Parts: sequence; C-alpha cells; structure tokens
Amino acid sequence: MADSVAAAIATNRFGLGARPGELANVAPDPRGWLLAQLSGGSPPVPGAAALEGSEAILARAAVLREEMRDRKRATADPRDSEEKLRRAAQGIGAYYRPLYVAEVQARFRAAVASDRPLVERLVQFWANHFAVSVDKAAVLGVAGAFEREAIRPHVLGRFEDLLFAVERHPAMLLYLDNFQSVGPGSVLARRATASRRRHGLGLNENLAREILELHTLGVDGGYTQADVTSFARMITGWSIGGGRGRLAEGEPGRFAFRVNLHEPGAQQLLGRRYAQAGYGQGEAALRDLARHPATARHLAQKLARHFIADDPPAAAVEQIATAFERHEGELIPVYRAIIDAPEAWETPLAKYKTPADYIHSAYRGLELPTDGQRAGLTASELLGQRTWSPGSPAGWPDSAADWDGASALLKRIEWADAVGARLGDRRDAQRTAPAILGGMLSKKVSQAIARAASGAQAVTLLLTAPEFMRR
Amino acid sequence: MNHIRIDRRRFLAVAATLPLVSRVAFARAASVPDARFVFILLRGALDGLATVPPCGDPSYAGLRREIAIPRPGEPNGALALDTTFALHPGLPFLHECWRAKALLVAHAVATPYRERSHFDGQDVLENGGVRPNAFASGWLNRALTALPQGRPGSHGETGIALGQNLPLTMRGPAPVASWSPSRLPAIDDDTLTRIADLYARDPVLSVRLADALAADEVAQGASMETAPRGGGARYLETLRAAGSFLAREEGPQVAMLDTTGWDTHANEGGAQGQLATRLGALDTGLRALKEALGAAWSRSVVVLATEFGRTAAVNGTRGTDHGTATVAFVLGGAVEGGRMLTDWPGLSRGALYQQRDLAPTLDLRSVLKGVLHDHLRVSSAALDSDVFPDSSMVRPAKDLIRA
Repeated sequence: MADSVAAAIATNRFGLGARPGELANVAPDPRGWLLAQLSGGSPPVPGAAALEGSEAILARAAVLREEMRDRKRATADPRDSEEKLRRAAQGIGAYYRPLYVAEVQARFRAAVASDRPLVERLVQFWANHFAVSVDKAAVLGVAGAFEREAIRPHVLGRFEDLLFAVERHPAMLLYLDNFQSVGPGSVLARRATASRRRHGLGLNENLAREILELHTLGVDGGYTQADVTSFARMITGWSIGGGRGRLAEGEPGRFAFRVNLHEPGAQQLLGRRYAQAGYGQGEAALRDLARHPATARHLAQKLARHFIADDPPAAAVEQIATAFERHEGELIPVYRAIIDAPEAWETPLAKYKTPADYIHSAYRGLELPTDGQRAGLTASELLGQRTWSPGSPAGWPDSAADWDGASALLKRIEWADAVGARLGDRRDAQRTAPAILGGMLSKKVSQAIARAASGAQAVTLLLTAPEFMRR
Repeated sequence: MNHIRIDRRRFLAVAATLPLVSRVAFARAASVPDARFVFILLRGALDGLATVPPCGDPSYAGLRREIAIPRPGEPNGALALDTTFALHPGLPFLHECWRAKALLVAHAVATPYRERSHFDGQDVLENGGVRPNAFASGWLNRALTALPQGRPGSHGETGIALGQNLPLTMRGPAPVASWSPSRLPAIDDDTLTRIADLYARDPVLSVRLADALAADEVAQGASMETAPRGGGARYLETLRAAGSFLAREEGPQVAMLDTTGWDTHANEGGAQGQLATRLGALDTGLRALKEALGAAWSRSVVVLATEFGRTAAVNGTRGTDHGTATVAFVLGGAVEGGRMLTDWPGLSRGALYQQRDLAPTLDLRSVLKGVLHDHLRVSSAALDSDVFPDSSMVRPAKDLIRA
C-alpha cells in the first residue's frame, strides 16, 4: 500500500499524471524512477523537425513587414505577385497564429505522450519561471520556439546557461522590450541628439527589472531602483539582428549585441563595480546574478512551492537552496534535493492541479487521442489557462487559491462530463481508476464509479474525484 | 449563446438533497440597503498621465513629447474636465458621466507601496495593508464581513468575482462566488448529484461547487448574452454580466472584475495607439455595465484602480516605465461627481517623486474608505482596523456619495 501511494505521488506530483500501466512499473522504486529520468539530456519535442526555429520565423516576419511597407509606400506594383500582396495584407498575425497553434499542439502531445514526465514538468516549470506571454502580439509566433530553444535544452544543465539562453533569446528581448533600449550616452543617442532626432531613443528598464525581480534575485533580493537603472544600462545593446535603418546590422532573428546602442562607462550593481566594455559588462553582471545567494533562495522557494506545498516548509527550501549553491547552479542535484525531501512525499495531496496539470493528467490517464489540431489549446482556453498567455512576466501563479475558484471547478466538471460523453463505453473507468490513482484512490470514489449509471458517467466521476483534482 | 444550465427548481432540488451548503446567500431581506458596488482592478500599472492628462500643467507636454495627449480643442484632443485636467479622448462615456456629475477623478493617488514591482504593488492594493503579502485575504472581502447584517441568521452579504477564480481582493472569510460564462454543454442532474456527493467531505470542493451552483442560479435569471469577439468587446461580456448580477434584487451586492494589459513600456501611443485602444474598450465596457445595471445604476458606485503609475517622462521606447502616483475613478449614479479629487503636486522637476514619477499626495485607501463608509455603510471602526488594518491615520475622503 505504501508503495502504491509513493508511486501515485511520483507519477502525479512529480510527473504529469499516470498512464495506465505506469504505476506498476513505478511502484518497486518510485524515487529511482524519477532519478532515472534526469539522465540522458533533455528530450526534444516529438515532431520538432516540422516546427520552424525563431531565427527563420523572425526573418520571415521581417520580410512580411517589409512587403507591407512597400505596399503602403507605393500603390500596387504590377511586378508584385498576387500571392505576395495577399500575404502582406494579412499581416504578421496571420503568419504567427498557425505557428502558435502548431507549437501548442506539439507541446501538448509531448506532455501527454512522455515517458519522462518529470522532465516535461520541469520544462513547463522553467518556461513559466521565464514566462513570455502571447497576449503581446510580437511573441505569438515565437513563444513555442523560445521554449524549445532556450528552456528545454537547459533544464537538466546549469542555471547559468539556462539564464543566458533565455535573456539572449529574441522572444525575451522582444517581450520585455530590451531589443530597442538605447543608452542615453550611446553612440546612437549622441548622434541623434546632434541631428535633433532624439525622439524614441533611450533606456527601457523592463527586462532589467524583471531579470532582478523575477528571474534571479527575487523581489526581496536587496536591489534598489538605482540597481535596476544601472543594470538596464549594462544590457543596452542586447538586441536582435536585422531590422531597418539604424537597426539594420546583424543576422535577422538572432541575438545581436549592438555596440552603438550600448551605454559606455562603468556601472554599479549591488555594490559591485562593472568596468567592462561592451557586451562583457552585462555578461559579467548576469553571471554574478546567476550565482547570487538570493537567487538560490528565490529559486528554491519557487521549486518547493511547485513540488511540495503552496507554503513550503522552510527546511526543505533551505536544503534545495543549499544544493543549488553547493553545486554552483547545476540543476540535477537541485532536483535530487527535492526528490530527497520527505515533505514531497507526504499525503494528503497538497497541490491543487492547475488547469494544465488537470488536462494533461486526464489525457494521460484515459489515453485520450491527441490527434486534433487544437485539442490541447481548446481545453486550455476552456479551463482558463491558455498556453503561454499568463498575461504578465511573472508567469502563472502556483497556489491553490489562484486556481480553485467556484466557476473554475464547474468548468472542470463540465469539461470532464464532455470527455465522458465523448468516450462513452470505450473506457472502463472502474479498471482505469486504480491503475492511475493507485493508493490515492478512495473507497468512496471507487464505489461511486462502480455504481455509475453509464460508462460515460463513470469516466466523469473519475475525472471529477477529489483525488483527481490534486497532485 | 450562453447555456442556461440550472433552473431554480433544479438548483434547489440538488442543493436540498445533498450535504452541500453554499456559503453564498444571495437572497436578502428588503430592509437591507440596496447599494451596489463594483471594483475594477487594472493590472499592469495604468498610466494616469495619459488617462487623465494634466494638459494645463506647464511641464506635461515637454515630459511626454511624442506621446503627449493633445489639449482639448486640438485635433484628437483630450476631453476637458477643468482648466488643468482632461480625459483621454478614448473615454467618451466617462466624459458623459463627468458632465452628469457621476464621475470623480482622483489624481496623484497611490497605495502605500513605494517600490516598483507590479506583483508586490498589486498585492498591497489587494490585501489592503501597507506591505506585500501582509494578509492572505483582501480588503473587499473583509469589507463584506463588516457590512450591516441583513437579517438574523443570514450568512451575510455576498459578492461575486467575474472570472473563473477569486482575485486576492475578494478572498477571505466572507462568502464570495466566482462566475464566468460557459461555452461547454450542460451537465445532467444525476451526474451533478453524484459529484456533489463525492465532495461532501471535502471542505474546499463542497463549498466551491455549492457556490458555483448558487451563482449559476442567479445568472440564469439575468440576461447573459455572449458578447461578440473583438478588441472593442474585451470587457463587454463580463461587465454586462456584472451589471446583470447586481441589477437583480436577490443578486449579490458587490462585484469585482480583473483586467490586465496596462503595462505600456513601449509604443504606448497617444490619442491613438495601444493604450487608446484599451481605454476605448474599457469605456465601452463601462457603458455596457451602466446599461445592464438599469435602474440600479442610481444606487451604484464603480471604482477603478491600479497598482501604481508610470514615469512622468516618456522613456526611450515611446512608452513609460514603472512609476508611483496615478489616477483612480469613482463613478456611478450614487456618486457626487463632476469633481477632481486631487492635491496636484505638479510635474516640475523638483515636484517629481525621486525626480522621475508623479508624486503621491492622496492615499488610495482614503478614497476606498470614503466609498465603503458612505455607500456600503461599513463602520469607521471596521475600516480602520479590519478592512484596512492600522489605517486610522488615513481619513476617509468625505462627500463622495450623494446624500
């Protein structure tokens, strides 16, 4: 019995919900099953070969934008093909939307099909820690590529590498505006002042602030407004290649350090002086932030909240932070510390599932087909957690109070009922329930499923059971 | 169209036969004051200097340069309020309210929070204290617990959050439901009954389900049309729903709506552009709220507030960064309006907070306390100690509400 509880926790809390048959494999050694998933590097998204990279996407968007400008500038040029005009007229949104849908679907399939669900959960965790939100139109087409390129390859590596991959990625530079942040004393700004074309040239502190507050130190990490401003100066020039006019240099769609935008001179951050010239200045500061003790504590707190409880025990947070510092930001030892924390294995289940958790676990547990074009996206919209749209750089919240609303519960029930109706008698919930909930399945739920009026209703009862709402 | 899922008889049947007791008691005795209150949270730090531009301040145009809102009378000009202030041209409904003396504009207003994190700033605005994470409940929920009791044995007055989940402002001991339109098919009585039975001994799920059914029961009596999609419709559906809930005699007294997207770091625009589009959608939504409230508009107060303002000067990317003081709106048929609530600090360099932001001269809690006291009749003692703990030095703003 104890093993079947531990297996249920391993597959539900650490994984994305058990698939039938999984619990039996896990039960002999739940911790070993989790640890084994951490070796072998990050698996790519199935079907990634069919998805475009951010560089190609952004280069294509730049071409489309240019076509639109051409069209505006001159009335229709007879040499332009009909197709070119049509595409330009539809705009970037029309190009981005299908990319977004395909990326959501690929990610959704990866979550439902994965044999290493802990790794998928970690990808989701870090993508949310370094959130971009597609309600900003500029990132709609690249949110998926951002996760595949900047997050996924590094979740089993070092935090520092993850951090650099994120902050240099065009999606983040677009989302938090840094690509166009200009040092007030930079070559470009001085030139513009001389020619009195200064408007729209200057510092934007958005990315600098969120790196300090959200990505590294945390809001209580001891920085001031002066730190935010000087860090923003240090990363002026961290931009994206391509573009027009003064932004014409660099490879389109790739990270580019634009020295002309960079604020010259030494800067102070957290009492330390950074006198490096150019890119090296921001690089040195970001490296120090990655290794700062406040960063270790901030990340440990978030990981513990995700894997242990909304208000995690201080001892567990401390152990995770210690692992982070001792191993200099190597992430696998950090995950080991979480798996080793006894509090992570306690019942009753402490975490209320987010809508994404709920959907993934339902699809896995009932082996629902994922072949629709928009299956995952539609479910995420209906249940209130549209993929990659947390609406703010803080990402989605991670506590029960944020997700257990009355209306949200009724939506889950209605969705579960629709799943039941669609499956009818094609799933045997009576057999599935113990196979996916193991030792967490209560007698009450098991009886209710056995006494259901139909196969469809039995599925609905399984998906709405209290033990299926939590992990 | 929205599904009407649970008729009254069915709700009563389900609720009565089950170990489910909703904390939400929407039915009220006639003796209870029929004041209505809507709180709209604008997340992301609304630019008060674009929303209510101080066109008459000599420093305004120079600070805002290419994103300054043109003066009243100029092409795309702002809508005049007085000799100093005007409304963004995307807010014609609010301007109508102003002329009808149903709008108060608080300017240079701020919560007690003085840092510049959205998330901590919102937490302070929502928890009603002076520090982030000071309380796990919100000021509006605690105000609900302090409302005059309707009748003996009543569960107390109630509120509703428009959305799937409860924002912190609405969390706490008072019974509050959440409601959002459903695009999923109805669930049958028998299945619902069985699910309710599964939740009987779960202290969270049983309450949530009962609250959801109670809210649905009210919703089905109101006309809840699904709004058309599109930019201008962003807030139509939910604000119309809020109005429909509050318009019903047995409906809740207080509603809250959460909005996002006010964080304008780049390409904010002026009279037209990104922020203008959002303000226009909000204005359209507020008009729909007034229409849905119908006769109840005359008994209603709507407050709109944001976590903090934005830099006084335009930044390097035609936007504005995180700042300090900003605007708040108090509107509704019950408002003694047509006035600015401000001790305007000015925008000269020396007047700016930390040489960068509009300086705060009015505590947002003072405005909220004035409304809660005079409109919802929350006692001063409760406001000072419970709703906004340790705030006795923050006096409620007077005469916000029509006598």
